[in-house]
Amino acid sequence: MSVLPIDHLEKIEGWGGAVSSFGYVYRPATVEGLREVFELARRSNRNITFRGSGRSYGDAALGAENIVLDTSRMNRILSWDPNSGIITMEPGVTIEQLWQYIIEDGWWPPVVSGTMYPTVGGCLGMNIHGKNNFKAGPIGEHVLSFDIMLPSGEIKTATPDSESELFYSAISGFGMFGVFTSITMQMKKVYSGLLHVKAWTTKNLHELFEIYQQHIPGSDYLVGWVDCISSDEKLGRSIVHQANYFKPGEDQNPAQSLRVSNQSLPNTILGIFPKSFVWMLLRPFTNNAGMKFINWLRVFVSRLPVVGKPVYEQSHAEFAFLLDYVPGWKKSYGQGGLIQYQSFIPKESAEKVFRKQIEMCQEAGLPPYLGVFKQHKPDKFLFTHSVDGFSLALDFKVTEKNREKLWSLCAKMNDVVLANGGRFYFAKDATLRPQDFKAFLGEETLKKFAELKKRYDPENILQTDLSRRLVL
Amino acid sequence: MSKKWKHAIVIGASGGIGEALVYELAKEGVSVGLVARRGSELERVALKARTISGPSTTHNHQPAPKFIPFIHDVTNYSEVPALLQEITKQLGGLDLVIYNSGIMPPIAKDEYNFAKDKSIIEVNLLGAFAWLNEAAMRFQNAECGTIVGISSIAGERGRRGMPAYMTSKAALSTYLESLRNRLSQHGVKVVTIKPGVIDTAMAKDSPNKLWLYSPEDAAHEIIGAARRGVTVKYVPWKWRMISFILHSLPSFIFRRLSF
Repeated sequence: MSVLPIDHLEKIEGWGGAVSSFGYVYRPATVEGLREVFELARRSNRNITFRGSGRSYGDAALGAENIVLDTSRMNRILSWDPNSGIITMEPGVTIEQLWQYIIEDGWWPPVVSGTMYPTVGGCLGMNIHGKNNFKAGPIGEHVLSFDIMLPSGEIKTATPDSESELFYSAISGFGMFGVFTSITMQMKKVYSGLLHVKAWTTKNLHELFEIYQQHIPGSDYLVGWVDCISSDEKLGRSIVHQANYFKPGEDQNPAQSLRVSNQSLPNTILGIFPKSFVWMLLRPFTNNAGMKFINWLRVFVSRLPVVGKPVYEQSHAEFAFLLDYVPGWKKSYGQGGLIQYQSFIPKESAEKVFRKQIEMCQEAGLPPYLGVFKQHKPDKFLFTHSVDGFSLALDFKVTEKNREKLWSLCAKMNDVVLANGGRFYFAKDATLRPQDFKAFLGEETLKKFAELKKRYDPENILQTDLSRRLVL
Repeated sequence: MSKKWKHAIVIGASGGIGEALVYELAKEGVSVGLVARRGSELERVALKARTISGPSTTHNHQPAPKFIPFIHDVTNYSEVPALLQEITKQLGGLDLVIYNSGIMPPIAKDEYNFAKDKSIIEVNLLGAFAWLNEAAMRFQNAECGTIVGISSIAGERGRRGMPAYMTSKAALSTYLESLRNRLSQHGVKVVTIKPGVIDTAMAKDSPNKLWLYSPEDAAHEIIGAARRGVTVKYVPWKWRMISFILHSLPSFIFRRLSF
């Protein structure tokens, strides 16, 4: 076995900072370079973990003592047709690069995450969704074709019609089958750099479901922020935000609003605080009492007649990338980092399950500091997290002291989710147990997984901390 | 990130203090790579460690700790870089390396035996260089980790007894101190352990049974000291006083002492 050079060893963290491991990181810049890394893995008898920007909250892009193949240097846009909106790119292109590249031609990525930093390759691996999942589906539905390098070094091209099995499993397959080398996607035509935004506050969880569902038909994007700290009749009070595209001709001067410089997020908060320091201001509030205050403040401000203006216009970037507003905000969670627990529950039982989850968190003394609510629709991808229903994403602060308790709280919530036919999302997960993984994917999908793994990665070279935690 | 150790390597794990250290780590749920020459003994220790650690209950999301034996003669220095990487890979990480290998062949009062002296230096000192240099490189890159070297109070002064053995332990203590001074700026702890007479196979040959101490108690104190990042730990602590006295003795008295 050949020894790997120690200077490639790096500590790698999940984005939430709550899980980490050491790996030998390689960042090839070319397809040939990718192939060399596969050969190195064979020579040194190591497994490979793919990593893009490392934006998965948990251990999906970690591989303890593995070769970690970081694709972030493979970030070229290979072709772009501003007439058809079809773009071909390498896997390391970030959402940020993508929207900034296309927007001035009047296009926007059809699906984006709440942050603009993930790579497109990573987004496909997780088959991410946005605040428009109920309408646009996951990102995979906008992929026209991709090239993928299998661990053997062979490159295959897949589209929804040819190699469709590979297409529907590599997208959503959390990096278990191969590395994308080129991705072709259809972008979405937009007629303005702005969106019409509306907001409603709801008194509790029940009203959230009512108001949210009432506005679904007329919405392009719809998302709910949920206060998970208030209890009793205020449990699950929330603010719902809707954003709709401009119709052709509605924006008198689209060239201006589509300019990248007019899309950028503001550099200061309230015109005073430089954003790069804001996480420090948040730090004193990342505890139960502080977050209670922040949540109260949010609801209070949203109800003010002038400041909380319910109808306004916002740029695409401002509306889409809420998580990028405060750079480094996760640092306000302190040393132990954070985890996000997101479950996807069928329509019929979603309200009951989410209420139960919030109550369980509060009873355990571990109230989530952020809750995000969305509607989803089912899709055809093999390892989909989506259901015909809703999701609630809950952010928890992790400390040395609460870790054990938090993990068992998640385990208990898993049982509730599974009893109601719910699903989970690998981009977020850090706490699922093997039995949860088996239960939510089902026997048939697991059989398919084993079969595909044997076909595309017969040596089982591709492994991550997540796959070792769940698949074994 | 959790400060808990999860992965350790014990070199010289088939008996004595090393064996007790494996059990002590097993109690805390740490996975251990066991290194020594004697395969059957290693298997025995690994098996017992598994029963001590039991099935993982506290961390229901963590797999049960592993105890993996690796047969290796510490004088096969060239094996070490690949073996350290292999063990680390199988464990899934590395937080702690303990070098415990040591030999003390009986030497008569007026015996001068180069072959014996050479083998003592090869096992007690050169083996430590081979392993701990590799560990140091990894930990320096990782910016964390703990290195523990089992030296001895025998290295405090050159007494009449076993010149090469005492030299090996004195040199090991100095080497560990150097490592500590190199690595502390990288967040790596280096702990020197100086046991007195521990009730192991090695002590059977020792004429001196002062303050005989059990390997289990010694292991408990060693792991505690390593966790706290103590620089030099005498086991038991009383030997620190003896060490002080020994260091204070002028040669004209010291050479007249019979031990």
